[in-house]
Parts: sequence; structure tokens; C-alpha cells
Amino acid sequence: MAILDKSELITNAVGRMVPETVNGHSQTPYMGVGKYHPLNSKASPPIRTAADYPANGDKRVSDLETALRKCGLRDGMVVSSHHHLRDGDRVALMALEAAARIGAKNLTWFPSASFPSQKGAIELMEAGVINHIEGSMNGPLGDYCTQGKMRGMGVLRSHGGRWQAIQDGEVHIDIAVIAAPAADPFGDCDGSHGKSACGSLGFALADSMYADHVVVVTDNLVPFPCVPWQIQGNNVDCVVEADSIGDPSKIVSGTTQITRSPDRLRIAEFVARFLRDAGIMHNGFSFQAGAGGIALAFVSYLKQMMKQAGVKARFVRGGSTKYLVELLEEGLTDYILDGQTFDLDGVQSLAGNPRHVATSPFTSYNYHGKGNFASMVDAVVLGATEVDTKFNANVVTHSDGRLLHGIGGWQNCLAAGCTILAVPSFRDRIPVIVDEVTTLCGAGELIDVVVTERGIAINPRRQDLIDAVQGSNLPIRPLADIKNDVERICGGRPQRPKHSDRPVAIVKWVDGTVLDTIWQVP
Amino acid sequence: MSHAAESKPRFAGEAGHWGADIRSDLHVRIEPCERGGTDIELESRVKPYYGESIRRQAEEVLEALGVRHAHVQIHDEGALPFVIAARIEAAVRRAGLGKGTRVLPDRITLPEPAARDRIRRSRLYVPGSEPKYFINAALHGADGIILDLEDSVHASEKDAARLLVRNALRAVDFLQCERMVRINQLPLGLEDLDEIVPESPDLILIPKVESPNPMTEAIRRIDEIKADYGTTRPIWLMPILESALGIENALPIAMASEQIVALTIGLEDYTADLGVVKTPIGAESLYARQRVVNAAHAAGVQAIDSVFGDVGDMDALRSWGLSSRAFGFEGMGCVHPLQIAVIHEAFAPTPTEIEKARKIVAAFNEAQEKGLGVVSLGSKMIDPPVVQRALKLMARAQAMERVASVAPCGEES
Repeated sequence: MAILDKSELITNAVGRMVPETVNGHSQTPYMGVGKYHPLNSKASPPIRTAADYPANGDKRVSDLETALRKCGLRDGMVVSSHHHLRDGDRVALMALEAAARIGAKNLTWFPSASFPSQKGAIELMEAGVINHIEGSMNGPLGDYCTQGKMRGMGVLRSHGGRWQAIQDGEVHIDIAVIAAPAADPFGDCDGSHGKSACGSLGFALADSMYADHVVVVTDNLVPFPCVPWQIQGNNVDCVVEADSIGDPSKIVSGTTQITRSPDRLRIAEFVARFLRDAGIMHNGFSFQAGAGGIALAFVSYLKQMMKQAGVKARFVRGGSTKYLVELLEEGLTDYILDGQTFDLDGVQSLAGNPRHVATSPFTSYNYHGKGNFASMVDAVVLGATEVDTKFNANVVTHSDGRLLHGIGGWQNCLAAGCTILAVPSFRDRIPVIVDEVTTLCGAGELIDVVVTERGIAINPRRQDLIDAVQGSNLPIRPLADIKNDVERICGGRPQRPKHSDRPVAIVKWVDGTVLDTIWQVP
Repeated sequence: MSHAAESKPRFAGEAGHWGADIRSDLHVRIEPCERGGTDIELESRVKPYYGESIRRQAEEVLEALGVRHAHVQIHDEGALPFVIAARIEAAVRRAGLGKGTRVLPDRITLPEPAARDRIRRSRLYVPGSEPKYFINAALHGADGIILDLEDSVHASEKDAARLLVRNALRAVDFLQCERMVRINQLPLGLEDLDEIVPESPDLILIPKVESPNPMTEAIRRIDEIKADYGTTRPIWLMPILESALGIENALPIAMASEQIVALTIGLEDYTADLGVVKTPIGAESLYARQRVVNAAHAAGVQAIDSVFGDVGDMDALRSWGLSSRAFGFEGMGCVHPLQIAVIHEAFAPTPTEIEKARKIVAAFNEAQEKGLGVVSLGSKMIDPPVVQRALKLMARAQAMERVASVAPCGEES
């Protein structure tokens, strides 16, 4: 299929060559930020009748195979799974392997993200059980895709974009399989309790509402009611008990650790000082930062500065960690609005503190909604693999074009009041600040500040931010100067890595249009 | 050339490191052969970006070193060009070739030479065989960066580290940091000087000094090399006293040459020499530290304290730094960039001290203006040494950016 699509490349609004048709579905090329306004109605699942479900609410079936048969699994269907158990998840592969035993072929696997521990999916692709993956791919699955071995084409979406695709009918989920750390026989699910507790189940919410059939797999069955329920049993077809839904050591880390790398700490401190000196850190402000080493260190520096200045946030957005939980418990923020939960402190806080609230990609990120939280956040701190001198950024591929990361919430977060990319200016000898990004994931007009160990660059579009930090002693420099430094250190401009002209995956923008193409790498 | 010389046995030379945990370094193996030119096998983490550049550089370096026929294997882990050059040169020399030839990377423009009494609160040690630490070392604001050829470099790596450090002095921008090198104890240190001195480091630390002799010997060699290369940029010296004998000879050592700008103490070796345990309070080294401070001041050079090795304990570092300043030291050594800010804080004059000094200086200025011989502040008479100390403290506070500028005459009160 990918080969058929090759002949139909067109140029989108930012000059990127993208396929017109992907896996048999025609695509809309990217038009620019805020330019695409669809006129359709939302998709909806078929109406069900309570008469067809047990009156006592007991939807348990003996195993996954039975559940999949009951849900009418057939060749060519779309099966979804979710990554709230992260690299510890066992349920997605269990479900796909059960589908293989039933003899299903040519499935589309639609995970909210895939992880290296799910590399068993490669065998299922080789065997023709899975045709292609629509969801982030990294490690062995990323290599499989970029080497052009996947039958269909990969489709990479942000967390918000995944909700949009489901809601808009771009992806119709036939069967959603939801891993639940706690569930009752009716199908109500909670993520904060049980031996596989992971925190929020927000990634599975859209699937539970829009899929034709929904299977819940749990290793912690409780009598009805399972409270609080983030997934409602009224949307669930079957409940399967399993010995284990995942490896707890990989679901959450025991403790998240701040980086000790002096270069990364320097970047983190610059970010915190920037927020302070630009006046973004004020009473009632809000911010979002992930769980990477720089982000955690940033939170720690910002916390000291908030205390010194007597400033309190109204809300912070997770990925929650111990460091955000400490802000909450010390009264430095009123709320944590949590998209996913990275460590045990986060899980316990979400379970026990009413001011630590689970969110979903709908509330936080869905672009085809009546607004979302992302644009209400004052500042967000993100990473990137490459940033070019026009502030365009790449977050999914290595500089050589191989898939490295999923998009996650990255694209959605670009809507924040001040979007900051916190990146080293080069890694080993690989420049991060470059002339042109390998893969475009976010347009420079949405990226306001790039913070490196060699200085801070402010997007010339943000004169307000440039004015705000006038007179501070922050090392503000043009991004092109930092790029020149990097090229001098690395020994000249790098060669452009070679790729073929065969597309193997596409990068969607938050509105479902096609932003860029991932090409086969030899 | 005789037939015998042509057919002498050839052996392979290797240098550098590679592997999953290695970053910014490379491993080179060179096997000289009789004929067939050079063939280069290259594996590199950054091959898609710099593969051609690495190959070209390897060819150029080999040619400059006169290697015409060899099998060359390179495993590169993202090394920067100055590292690549140093590793290839080390491998060639270890293969017994390239004698008397150096392949030097382009030299960056150096900042102004360091003043002999510049501020030396912090000096950050960087192992001379670990190039990954070189490139960003200066970003963290230490007063000096020490590229170390002594204790952090294994005996078998001395020759290769020397070339890395030499190339780093040419190619790495250490910004406003004083560019320091710790050479090995003499006589090995003399070989270090041969490579290092032509690249004009600002300061050389000489370890385990017990008498003035190694200082004069090192200075003689430095002066010879500088004369050979026609360089005039000053190279300051800082002897490290690390034994009971060295401590006893502190004053003659400090006075051995005009080029000596500071005395420092190495407490790990010193306590080992005494056979005592090094404690966080440091009672066992009280005498030695005080003697170093006194000798330094007697000789008119800076007294600089030992390295603080516990990277995890910032509170202990802070209190060590504060007591060190109270003793009369002007700075200390560190092994991790996170220690720098703590050290600078500890060695900075406190706001109370600055305020007091400012008042004294103002009173002094007022007395000068009025032509009074006696300076008084309120009801107190101020002695001239107190005025001198206040002036010195204000100048130091200004240099450390603790005060905007020293108030000119008459502006106060």
C-alpha cells in the first residue's frame, strides 16, 4: 500500500511533500495554523440495547479470545490499546496475540503509543496479523517502520490528534482493549488502585466512548461499583480477568530523578529564570512540564523562585511526578490537572488528593472541541530532537530520519501562552540547532523560546517577551548565533542524511491534516 | 635508507575508547604495512552527518604524520575534530611512527592573558583523558578550568591525554576561565610541558612539590620552550603542597620565582603522608592550611585551598568554603560544576562586610577631602590597616559583582 501511495505526493502549505492517500484514505494536506475548519459532524458508535447485556451487570468472559470473538473480530479491523501502563503494558500484546490465535489478519493496531517492550508486534506484522500501526513508534518498532518493512503506512498523531481522529471518524475503532488496574464486572475502571496502579486512564476514554466494542482487561476485579470510575461500564462489552496486566516496575518509576548533568541543570535553571524574569511566574499563573530530566530540574528551580517571590500557581499540568505533588502539598499550586502519572508519589496523590485531578486528551488537547486546556496554560516546557533557525521543531525523528519518539502531547502543548523548548544545542557531535529540521512536527510560529546551554533565543515574533526580559542578565542571543557556535564546535555543517523517496509514515497536525512525511531510511 | 631499516618489524598502535557508554571519544587502531596505501574502516555514531568529514580528517592527519601505508580502524562515538586528531596522532606515535611531527587543530582567538592577581575562587578539575567534559566545562562560570594530566589519568594514558589537552588548549573556547593544566610530578611533568607550553596555558599546576627545585626546573623548561616558539604570553605557576615536607618548605617554594602566583594544598595526599584520616572538619590539617596561608601572604601570592571531593554534600562544601575564607584562603578546587556557585557564595564578602567597608571607605574619602590625618567613623578612630582592608574588600566585591561599583569620592553621606 505504501508503494501505491508514493506516486501521489503533493506539497503542503509549508513546502513539505506529503502523500495524498494513506492506507486507502484520502488526506488533507496541512494548511497552516488555525486554517482548517471541517464541516462534518462527529462520528458516533452504533446504538446498543441494555436488553442485550446481562441485567445483573456481570459482563465477565473467560479470556481475551472469547471476548474478541464476542466482539466480532474479523480481518482488517482496527484494534486499539493504550499506554497508561507505559513500557510495562502486557495487555496490548496479549490482545493482538489472542487475535492471531483466532486467525485474524490485516489488522490495524491503533495504540495511543507503543513502547520497546511491545516489539513482539514485529512478528505479528511479519505474519500478516497486523498490517500497520497508527500511533507512536520508537525503538525496534520505529526501526521496523522506517526501514520500510511495515505493510501499511504509519500514522503519527498527538494525544489530542488521536482524540480528534476518533471523534471526527478518521479512525473507526472496531474493538478497544483497555487495561484496567481496577475494574468491576460491569466494566467501570479506575487507574489509581491495585498492584498495577498507574494513575489516570485518560488515554482510553475516547476509545471507550467511540469504539464499536470495548473489552476491559483487569488484574484487580472488585465487586460493583469500582469507584471512582474514569471509564464507564455502560460503554463496555466484556470484562476479562488476567493474572497480570503489566510489569509494575515499568508502569511507574519508584522515584523520578532530577538530572545531575551540569549542562542540563544549566538549561533548566535558564528556563526557570526566564519565566521569573519575563513576569510569567506571577500569582495565579499556570505551567506544564513533563518528566524528563530537564523538566524535573526546571520544576525544582522554579519552586525555589516561587517561594522566594511568594508566588503561587493556580494550576500545573502533569505528567505528574513527586516534584509536582510537592508543589501541591506545599500550597504552591491549587491544582494538578494530570494527563498521565509517572511515579508512585503521583499515583498516590491522584488517588488521595481531591486537588489532583485526572484529565483526558479531550479536556486538555482536542483541537476539534469548543476549546481545550492547552491554550489556557501560561507556559509549557518541552523537548525536541531538532530546532531550526525559524523555530520549526522536530520531536519524532533522529536527525537521520529514523523514528525516535512519539508526538505525545507535544503538538497540543504548542498552544500555550509561552512555548519553551529546552534542548542542548548539540548531542555528542549531532547538532540540535540546525538550518532545517529533518521532520516538521510544529511550526515555528508557535514556538516562542529556545533555551540551550549556550544561551536563550526568543522568537522575533514575540516582541512582548523580548521586551519583558530587557535588563535581565539572561543570556539572550539570536538562534542563528547559537547555530553558528554549534557548527564551529562540531566541525562544520553536517551532511544531509540520505533517505529514499518512499513514504513510510506521516505526521499529522492537531487538526488531522498532514504536516510531514517520514521516509524510508536505508 | 638501509634495507635492514625498511624491513624492521612493524606493530599496531591503538588509542582512545569506544563502546555503548562512551561519548565524544573514538578508538583508533593503526596497523602500518609495507605498501598498498591507507585504507580506513570507519564506524561512527554520527556517520550520516560527519562520516565524510571524519574520513577526510583521518586521511589528512595520517598524511601529515607521514603514514603512507596502513590499515586503519576507527570506532567513533561522536568525537569532535580536535579529539579525532589527538587520538589518531596518539595511535600513530604508539605504532612508533610520526616522530617529531605534531598535527595541530586551528587555534581559536585567546582572551587577554590572565593578570597575576586575578580572582581564583574556583578551579574546576577536568580529567585530561575524558574529552566529553572539555567542551562545556567553561559554561559553568568557574574562575579556572584545570585540564588534569596527573591523578585522573592512568599511567598508561599519559601520552595520549597530553595530546588531547594540547589540542583542547588550541581548539576549545574556555571563555573567561583561566586555562590551567596540572602536569605530572617531575620528571614526567617535563614531557607534559613540551606539548602544553607551546599552546600558552594561563597557569600550570605542579603537583607534590617539596622544595624549590622542581619549580626552578619547570620554569627553566618553560622559558626554553617559550623562547623556542617565540611566545611571550605569561604562564603563571601554582605549586601544590601535598606532603609534610612540602608544607614545611612552603615559604621558599612560594618565593622560588616571580611566575608563582599562588600556593595550594592537596589534602588527600597530605593526610595520607601523615597517616591520618581526612575529616569534614579538617582539624588534622589545621596547621598545614594555616602554614600555607601564612607562607603565601609572606611571599605575596594567593593562598588557595584544597579540592572538596564530596560532590553530594553541598552543606559541607559551604561550611568548608566559609571556614576556608576565614582562614585567609582566596579560593578552592572543585570536581563538579554544581560546586562552583556554592564556592563563589562562600568566598564572597557578606552584605554586612560590604556595608561596613563602604562606610569606612566613605569616611576615609571624606577625611582625605578635608585634609584630615585621622579617619573617624562616628566616635571611633579608624586605623590605616583597617582602611586598607576595607578598600581591598570593596575592590574584591566589585570584581565578584557583589556591588555595582565602588562609590567615587564624596558621593556617600
